[in-house]
Amino acid sequence: MPEVVSLREAYGKTLVELGRENPDIVVLDADLSPSTMTHFFAREFPDRFFDCGVAEQNMVTIAAGLAASGKIPFASTFAVFVPGRSFDQIRMSIAYSRLNVKLVVTHGGISVGEDGASHHSVEDLALIGSLPGFTVIVPADAIETAQAVRVAAASNGPFYIRLCRPKLPLVYNQDYRFELGKAVTMRQGKDATIIAIGVMLSAALEAADNLRRQGIDCRVLNMPTLKPVDEAAIVKAADDTGAIVTAEDHLEHGGLGSIISQVVARRHPVPMEFVAVKDTYAKSGKATELLQRYGLTAKDIEQAVREVIKRKRG
Amino acid sequence: MALSELGSSSKATSADNTGAEVVSSLSVKEMKAVAKRLRRHIITMTGRAGSGHPGGSLSAVEIVTALYFKVLRHKPQDPRWGDRDRFILSKGHAAPVLYAALAECGYFPVDELATLRQLDSRLQGHTDRVATPGVEMSAGALGQGLSFAIGVALAGRLNSQDYRVYVLLGDGECDEGQIWEAAMAAAHFKLDNLVAIVDNNGQQIDGWNRDVMNLDPFNKKWQAFGWHVIEVDGHDLARLITAFDRAKLVKGKPTVIIAHTIKGKGVSFMENNPDFHGKAPDAEEVEIALKELE
Repeated sequence: MPEVVSLREAYGKTLVELGRENPDIVVLDADLSPSTMTHFFAREFPDRFFDCGVAEQNMVTIAAGLAASGKIPFASTFAVFVPGRSFDQIRMSIAYSRLNVKLVVTHGGISVGEDGASHHSVEDLALIGSLPGFTVIVPADAIETAQAVRVAAASNGPFYIRLCRPKLPLVYNQDYRFELGKAVTMRQGKDATIIAIGVMLSAALEAADNLRRQGIDCRVLNMPTLKPVDEAAIVKAADDTGAIVTAEDHLEHGGLGSIISQVVARRHPVPMEFVAVKDTYAKSGKATELLQRYGLTAKDIEQAVREVIKRKRG
Repeated sequence: MALSELGSSSKATSADNTGAEVVSSLSVKEMKAVAKRLRRHIITMTGRAGSGHPGGSLSAVEIVTALYFKVLRHKPQDPRWGDRDRFILSKGHAAPVLYAALAECGYFPVDELATLRQLDSRLQGHTDRVATPGVEMSAGALGQGLSFAIGVALAGRLNSQDYRVYVLLGDGECDEGQIWEAAMAAAHFKLDNLVAIVDNNGQQIDGWNRDVMNLDPFNKKWQAFGWHVIEVDGHDLARLITAFDRAKLVKGKPTVIIAHTIKGKGVSFMENNPDFHGKAPDAEEVEIALKELE
């Protein structure tokens, strides 16, 4: 079994490294620094850390002002609050203003678990993905998280990086190099393609392994950059395998599935299935219980692959 | 006419030779003439555009004139000069008064004011920092400028730069909760390089502030949030300049200048008339207004 590592901790530690390398890196939080793990940075660089209290709208707009003055601000809180609580501020002060703000949020999706629906961010990718000019990244493990945070720091423009609460098994080794806007082929295959992000990547790999034992040969793509999305990899998957299943811990509407299906519809129509939270809110429970209840397991992906293959042409 | 032609002296203060810092030596009388020109621009450009917000632009004319023609350290030929004082227009619908001041300072040609709100103009209906030289913030959704100004002020402190940050708020804008989040934070961060000015014209779209959403006791609210408060006649240039000077002496906390103003100031039929918050004058009204502003 691969080692299970916290994405949030990888973020917090990477921030400290970046802080040592670049004095223009500043960090903001909204009273959640032990959870987002920006507290590592706060401890080492107290003068460059701004706790804005429980005021997310203020936080993201302060970040915009810092960026307009040449700083590289990382602003963090839970994904329900950024973008949920602060959408207009992000739209006006960051997206429309084209400012170099990095929003790195934690606790995306229903895998948050026991805190319940108020804290399950299942709409954030739809919200942030709607904003022109935003780069949107959902890392699948701690190694990818650290890399993506570094790429965000080194790139100009608004970034949104969505992390999950649970620790995740490492799917990459230390040699992995995250490439912005590029899909990663995790498994080759010809019968169907599973495109997964975040917590769902491990489930996708497990599903592919199980299906292979049943004689179904699945390609698995990790799509860490949702925007700008890797259209070439999607078209190639559609062309090579003739069927696509997406898997994400987010509502079916407006997230990975929507983004991929637009590319597929426009460039290479093939049947698709969507493993995602349906049009509903979840409830309190253990993360694993919720993923099971709301259809986000390897079994659900396997079922979706069998369904989509039935609808393949010829 | 650009500021440099207006009897102001200018000198370069840094190795940077891309533009001269404006150091105004205008008399109050000369500044009054500038204010009148800004008012004429506001009427003409909104009239030509057929839409826009003359009321809250006219009320802020002296505030903006005092800043751009006396208080601010800036270089119109180098709008992104790193050591410039920053003016952030939070009430973005008052874009016409800012555009008029920027044009008169020489950030862009005065003729360009005639393009307000037209397709492909650099002068958007509400301010756009990407489009317009000299515009610091994209505004129009109210309540965000004070927070943005905090970020700019924090950056100045981190960089040990001595620029000052001025942010103009509307009084109706202070209905927004984010203003008070920011008010709390600016005092918490002890930002004495930050000055907020409230264009306190007493009116918003639906009528008088006190009827729509009462702000009183306005002065005490700011004090309670930890600010140094100065109240001033917002149409008295000399007193405004004194207020800005006094704000520089306040240490350890931000200053708010509550500027008592009249919405639509300078045009008889627009004064205290909320109808002209977001309505442009028609051709006949433009003619009457310009006659009053001769």
